Amino acid sequence: MRAITPVIASLALSLLSASVLGGPAAAETTTLRMAWYSDGNEGEVMADLLKRFHEQNQDIDVVLDQVPYKAVNENLPVQLASGQGPDIARVVDMGGLSRFALDMRPFLKDPGYWEANFGPFLEWMRPAGDTQAIPGFMTQLTVTGPFVNKTLFEQAGVAMPGEKATWEDWAKAVKEVAGKVQAPFPLALDRSGHRFYALAVSQGTKVFAANGEPDVVDDGFKRAAQLVYDWHKSGVMSKELWGSVSGTAYRGANDEFKNAQVVMYLSGSWQIAQFAKTVDNAFDWVAVPNPCGPGGCSSMPGGGALMAFKSTQHPKEVARLMDYLASEPVLAEFCARSLFVPGHLGLAKKGLDYPTASPEAAAALKIFTASAAQVSPLAYRIQGYINSRIIFNAVISRLGQAVSGETSLEDAEKRITADVAQQIAERNKK
Amino acid sequence: MSDTPSAARLQPGSAATALARVAVLPVDLALRLFDPPMRWLQRAIGVRRMAYVFLLPNFAFFGLFVFLPIGINIVFSVTGGAALFPSERPYVGSNQFAYLFDCGSFLDPASCREDHFWRGVANTAKFVVFQVTAMVLFSLITALVLNMKIRGRGFFRAVFFFPVLLSPVVVALIWKWILQRDGLLNAAITTLGGQKILFFVDPSWAMFWAVFVSVWAHMGFYTLILLAGLQAIPADLYEAAEMDATPRWRVLTRITLPLLWPNMIVVIVLALIKGAQTFDEVFVLTGGGPGTATLMVVQYIYETGFASQVQNFGLAAAASVVLGLVLFILTLLQFAAARRKEI
Repeated sequence: MRAITPVIASLALSLLSASVLGGPAAAETTTLRMAWYSDGNEGEVMADLLKRFHEQNQDIDVVLDQVPYKAVNENLPVQLASGQGPDIARVVDMGGLSRFALDMRPFLKDPGYWEANFGPFLEWMRPAGDTQAIPGFMTQLTVTGPFVNKTLFEQAGVAMPGEKATWEDWAKAVKEVAGKVQAPFPLALDRSGHRFYALAVSQGTKVFAANGEPDVVDDGFKRAAQLVYDWHKSGVMSKELWGSVSGTAYRGANDEFKNAQVVMYLSGSWQIAQFAKTVDNAFDWVAVPNPCGPGGCSSMPGGGALMAFKSTQHPKEVARLMDYLASEPVLAEFCARSLFVPGHLGLAKKGLDYPTASPEAAAALKIFTASAAQVSPLAYRIQGYINSRIIFNAVISRLGQAVSGETSLEDAEKRITADVAQQIAERNKK
Repeated sequence: MSDTPSAARLQPGSAATALARVAVLPVDLALRLFDPPMRWLQRAIGVRRMAYVFLLPNFAFFGLFVFLPIGINIVFSVTGGAALFPSERPYVGSNQFAYLFDCGSFLDPASCREDHFWRGVANTAKFVVFQVTAMVLFSLITALVLNMKIRGRGFFRAVFFFPVLLSPVVVALIWKWILQRDGLLNAAITTLGGQKILFFVDPSWAMFWAVFVSVWAHMGFYTLILLAGLQAIPADLYEAAEMDATPRWRVLTRITLPLLWPNMIVVIVLALIKGAQTFDEVFVLTGGGPGTATLMVVQYIYETGFASQVQNFGLAAAASVVLGLVLFILTLLQFAAARRKEI
């Protein structure tokens, strides 16, 4: 026992001195947690910006938790509901998470700046009925649109359809190209309800009834669903994306596109940085305007927003960080380095230089920026609708079943209507 | 200190002795700290009741991590809405169960209101039947072969057991790479002049590979149980059979299998329970597809409770209760089988 005593005494002394010396400094530093998912290099850019912020604000330490996209959609809502979420997170389901949002107005330096530059997008983050709150800002504005493997078109000797080409024109062309160059995926469409709506809006779907309630399966929707169904039957689309998994699972064709197996890939502007890096000089790729239909040529808007949550213990510090990240020069640098279309009206008006962009990436950014200007009001309304993901999930789950041959298209459409009604009723149950 | 068994075997003054002394320090300290209160407690409540004191940590552990979650799950199953905390959720009675069981015919999932649940039930039943049959058959054959005096027996035992050590996600990813469009198997097929097969697009192939991968991954564990059973069969029975020139097939059916039956029961029941709970491997391998061809009940519960925008905890909890009851029945079967073995 005598041998143990000096050891315990020295341990206790070390702990005591550590607490005395480290105590005040630790008490002065506020630690904020930010959950972040990445499509490309934006996580690295954000880490750089946070390092710079910390140099200017020694009293705030920001821990950047880089998480998968799936975690933001599935785990974050549970964390926030239990009051154990991060202070800030980069999210896509803004409407769904709006009930956890922090209204930062009392803590922001200049709420007017936020209103002026992020105004139209703030609606996407506000809880239902709230027209004033400022919960965050868009880290990027995205628009859906197709990427085309130009080299495959050239090898096949097929002319690419022009600017106002319809979906049917593109389907015919990509099928011909794929047949000639033996590409297994003539047309790939992300297994995502959001991407499906880029097609559905152009086919004239209205989504909402006159009373404002969702009326999902209308004539425009049926036209779009029929196209997807028929394309799988005729081989324009491979069942490997929509037909090979079940439920609400997302499937993209990034790997297939970068391996030159896809002729045309309908995804969106967030893929630019990734393709610029992964495709590099392997083949020529271009972004083209969204194909057209009876309902027009609109893309679906979207994007990632950095949102603050009311469960935070440090709203003032959160607002200071958000003020910094949303400031024009910082956001300009973030978007330029990440190759993002800015969701900041001032920057959009001035235009943004992308000095690190390859010629392909720069051209694609130009196309997507032009598409963003032509997004229909209905597409904005769908994206901002609080129950949009209920609709998106029901669509991919049920259309997936029809595509795989498990149900008929008519049954799938009936189930979509029933699923949407049941889930909205469940959400509204108090 | 020097009277501790580990220290006693070491040479005094060596570095190892010093290290051992440091290592046992915390244990020694804990024993000295706990000794007086435990002695006092024993005097106060008596030696017989001390058993409960020692069981208390386990009771607390099970209560907190097993029984409490079961209770919370049952509470969730009778509530609705999208709120997380039970106190904020409206009571809906048996509505969630009624919704799950609202079916035209239980044999036709398409006639059910919550068709995904019943598709999951049907797929899980199909999976369990094929997987348990294959598992028992292949485990038995492997155990019989590994029980023979063959060269490299130790090596083969290790080889068959190795997949058991792998994480289910790793197992599924390995097989996904083998089976995908440009995977190893399709490369082999095309090299031999065949056409690529899209295994995950065809419902029958997807279910076949889900069963195959599961058997491959877990067979080693069940083989080990059967091997232990085989080694417990008295050798003199085989010697007597050899002296009587009994044919091998008869030895197998009249000696080996009857005496191995208690172990077989354990293997069947454990495989049944594990099969009914299957999720991770199949989820990573096929994602439940194509369509819902390999969607299992546990994946349905996960998707309903967590992957939907409206996280329907009530319905997911009700489905969990139904699955829990089925597993409870299977566990009772295991107990009954084990009791019969003791008799």
